[in-house]
Amino acid sequence: MTEVHTSTDVGAALTEAPSGVPAARSASHGSTGSRGTRILGVISLIGLAFLVVYAFVVSKADVELGESIRIMYVHVPTVAAAYLMLLSNAAFSVWALWKRSTFADLAAHACAEVGTLMLGLTLICGALWGRMTWGAFWVWDARLTTTALLFLMYVGYLAVRNLPASARSRTVRSGILGIVSACLIPVVNRSVEWWSSLHQSRTALGTLDPSISGSQYFTLMLGLVVFSVLSVWLVMHRFRLGWLQEQLDTHGVDDAIELRRAEAAQPS
Amino acid sequence: MIRDAITVSAKDLRLETRARVVLTQVMPFVLAIVLLFGFALDADTALLRRATSGLFWTTVLFAAVVIVQRSSAVEQQDGVLDALRMSGLSPGGIYLGKVTALFVQLLAVELFLGLAVVVLYDVTPTGIALLTVVALLAGLGIAAAGALYGPLAAGTRTRDTLLPLLMLPVMAPVLLGGARAFEVALGRGVGGGWAWAGMLGIFAVVYLALGTAVWGPLLEDT
Repeated sequence: MTEVHTSTDVGAALTEAPSGVPAARSASHGSTGSRGTRILGVISLIGLAFLVVYAFVVSKADVELGESIRIMYVHVPTVAAAYLMLLSNAAFSVWALWKRSTFADLAAHACAEVGTLMLGLTLICGALWGRMTWGAFWVWDARLTTTALLFLMYVGYLAVRNLPASARSRTVRSGILGIVSACLIPVVNRSVEWWSSLHQSRTALGTLDPSISGSQYFTLMLGLVVFSVLSVWLVMHRFRLGWLQEQLDTHGVDDAIELRRAEAAQPS
Repeated sequence: MIRDAITVSAKDLRLETRARVVLTQVMPFVLAIVLLFGFALDADTALLRRATSGLFWTTVLFAAVVIVQRSSAVEQQDGVLDALRMSGLSPGGIYLGKVTALFVQLLAVELFLGLAVVVLYDVTPTGIALLTVVALLAGLGIAAAGALYGPLAAGTRTRDTLLPLLMLPVMAPVLLGGARAFEVALGRGVGGGWAWAGMLGIFAVVYLALGTAVWGPLLEDT
């Protein structure tokens, strides 16, 4: 949440201006929060609280997996949210490249960042689950390996996004990279799956898809909803932060000059 | 477009014959990696022979990163990029020319590396047809991807560190396909050697299509 604070600081710095014009411009964009995001935020937090109660107290341990099934209530929702975000990133990348739209470009960035975060969480809780179930943090399974490669691909994408470049150049570069990465996902996935199918004996994945029912099923569905809402909430804040930074880059110097002028005009 | 491709690849290869960067820097670098792998695996010849396929393609990928860096760096200096934009060459043609030049240089490195592992790891080359086809297709795939990622990372202060991060994760299919097919050719793997070659072909075609399509906006706007 530090990002949100930073953004409000930026907004606050601008709204403190004694001159009318910069204050008016920044006041409308001064915060990443709005009525909509506050509602989403409250829903996310309440949902997370419910999820914790259901995952640890209400739902029962699994017959096959034991207590370790509780990790699934985070693991599966995070990976679903991650794929949702990366899919949105690809769609926004096409839009940004096609229409040269700043809105789509910033939205693609926000989706990629939240998607990468979710992929990272997936890998971490997947490794913990693997340690409990298979006795190893990592097995060379197709799904795990693809996820790890995807994570690295999108870390690279975010690195390209953070390069110092003009807005136009950044839109084109990251748009292309977003589309290329999305096209590569099936190729990487197929090759890794094919590879691991040659090594069936080395993986013991019979326990990966346990049949679940009742309270377990409800908890998993709750997790899926909560993490989707949470992701959308984070994306909205991240998008607005990007928008504010964009505004600062575009108008920041002009506003600062106007501020100094207003100061000089005031009688001391 | 074909003529543009020939012009650009001839320009890049002429640069190479004059500067000899691949010959005097990349090939010694490759030899150093081969020796270091030998030290890492404690010069265990049986183990080295078994790991040759994987080590071979890992080394090719490291060399490819260096060659791609050089290939895109030459376009960034002395206003070459503006000259390319003004030249009237088709962007797709320029891309295919860069791919061709990279491909030729990569093949030279692969050949040299092949000789090095035969001598140093005591590998007997068998299944020459499969080895050749896989070397060609994987080389084409790496070149096609490299010519796309090179300019994406180019022109920035962090180019040298960014390119490996962009290139290496997506090269996983090449490493898998190349290494497994080489194992089959050298008589250590089980079946499916030609299927892997087919996968490498698909990888190359996907990148060639993507690269030809997006090089236009990439050239215009970076």
